[in-house]
Amino acid sequence: MKFGGLIFANLLRKKIRLLLTIGSFAVALFLFAFLGVVRDAFNRGADVAGADRLVTINRTSIINPIPLSYRDQILRIPGVKYITHNNWFGGVYKDEKNFFPQFVIDSDNQRQVFPEFSIPDDQWNKFLKDREGAIVGARTMERFHWNIGDRIPIKTTLYGGGSWEFNIDGVYHGKRAQDDETQFWFQWDYFEERIPERLKGLIGWYVLRVNNPDESPRIAKAIDEKFANSPYETKTETESAFAAGWVKQFGNIRFLIVTIGSVVFFTLLLVTGNTMAISVRERTGELAVLKAIGFSDWSVLFFVLGESLVIALVGGLLGLILAIVAIPVLANALNGMLPNLILSPALLAFGLFSALLVGIVSGILPGVGAMRMRVVNALRRV
Amino acid sequence: MVKVDAAGESSLINVRDLDKTYRRGEEEIDVLQGLNLDVRQGEFVAFMGPSGSGKTTLLNLLGGLDVPTRGSITVSGDEITHMSAGKLTEWRARHVGFIFQTYNLIPVLNAFQNVELPLLLTKLSKAERRDHVEAALSVVGLADRMKHFPRQLSGGQEQRVAIARAIVADPTFLLCDEPTGDLDRKRADEIMTLMEELVAKYHKTILMVTHDPLVAARAHTILHLDKGVLVEARQASQDTLAGGVA
Repeated sequence: MKFGGLIFANLLRKKIRLLLTIGSFAVALFLFAFLGVVRDAFNRGADVAGADRLVTINRTSIINPIPLSYRDQILRIPGVKYITHNNWFGGVYKDEKNFFPQFVIDSDNQRQVFPEFSIPDDQWNKFLKDREGAIVGARTMERFHWNIGDRIPIKTTLYGGGSWEFNIDGVYHGKRAQDDETQFWFQWDYFEERIPERLKGLIGWYVLRVNNPDESPRIAKAIDEKFANSPYETKTETESAFAAGWVKQFGNIRFLIVTIGSVVFFTLLLVTGNTMAISVRERTGELAVLKAIGFSDWSVLFFVLGESLVIALVGGLLGLILAIVAIPVLANALNGMLPNLILSPALLAFGLFSALLVGIVSGILPGVGAMRMRVVNALRRV
Repeated sequence: MVKVDAAGESSLINVRDLDKTYRRGEEEIDVLQGLNLDVRQGEFVAFMGPSGSGKTTLLNLLGGLDVPTRGSITVSGDEITHMSAGKLTEWRARHVGFIFQTYNLIPVLNAFQNVELPLLLTKLSKAERRDHVEAALSVVGLADRMKHFPRQLSGGQEQRVAIARAIVADPTFLLCDEPTGDLDRKRADEIMTLMEELVAKYHKTILMVTHDPLVAARAHTILHLDKGVLVEARQASQDTLAGGVA
């Protein structure tokens, strides 16, 4: 492109200003990408939820338990295919900073209800025979450099407290990129053996699979009606609704992220718009000369927009490359508090599109100003 | 020779009854009034006159940078006074070479790139553009400074680059607004020698505004403006008045 040289020469006119503007784009795009993956991570529970899965919790709150005896009664409701139950363990490995989610599982039914997690049969069979056994997600194994066969302590302040020892019998992997590989599962029998008497026979929540997702509302209603007016009333909803409700406990994350993201982009718009306006004002005379020697008004607009687009493109790409490199590091630094911070191609594409949009918008006003500038007036000011 | 108030069928540039009025608030300022002028191909005309006499306004009108309030300007048979802004831009690219007092080179482009600018608007290939730029820079004696940026050149050299930029697309005529105004006498003489050479050797038509009588004396004809009216036309070399002054 024969005008490319002119655009690049103008861009390089003030190198420090160019670097700072590109830098502001890069930082904004990095922040955009990071906020995006955090939002996605919060929403992922709903995204990965099985369409045929329901979750039954205590009507008061998920932290209130429900009886294990409900299991068979729920299983007898027409349409329920499998049921399993979990408890939150809330432990840490050696230190408070080594947090990751541990769940007590019903090993007889876990794999039928959560088929998206794959475990080699030999490892699973070993786990079934080991009362103190544990199955650990691949990311947590990697994070703590654990190996199958290791015996590890988990400290908890719940269930009477103390340090619980586990044997790592196997590693599970998610079948999809978005599946959470940070969990730690161990046996119900071992759990119930050690917890205080008053907590025995109580589980955290049920997860069930139904034959036909279309029947989920009827089944949920049937479960909750069955235990209505009992000491442990239930609340049953689809897994995605449950996950969305869980996220809501943290506040309106989506609103927060969209607000911060909008402020970032608006600020970026002001910064780049101001930079472009200064840049155009500084060379009013040069643009007037270009128009005098025959460059059209549209050419001048094209030059100004070209410059702002190049800044946006380079800054945007740098920010997204930074995000691609840094987000996995940040995900590790967050110690599994947010599962799977995944920078999706769609998020990257949207980020780049937004950067280019900001580039165009910030170049439009000074560009139109330059386009409308009267050559005679501009030359008089030179 | 330049004819003032004459029928100029064979002229390159015909100006007829040209008025330019600016409005400042409620007040109307007549910058040019009823100006008539004919310039033939290959003539070198200098416009002189006090500040505010309308010299630069006339140059802007002749270059299609501004539009008159009344009257007409015809160049090579094209009446430019009724052209749209877009057409006028295209016309300028083909017919006018501008030379400014402050050179107005693009500081981030080297001499070659500055001279090449008007050619970017043509359909010439890169190799053809290179040939034209090298030829133009050779004419102004700067073939060995092609890669130099404006800050690496003297004022005289910068103006030579500006002249090369003005002639590179072989325009119909050159408009020069105080081309030696920022130069010392020696450099001004060099630039004027170059301008004379452009007229004598390459048959260029030059219209120049200047305050400097020594510079104006290098032109074929000196036209004096006062309060928007041509008051005197003089053959510079013969020191004689032309007839028919408005």
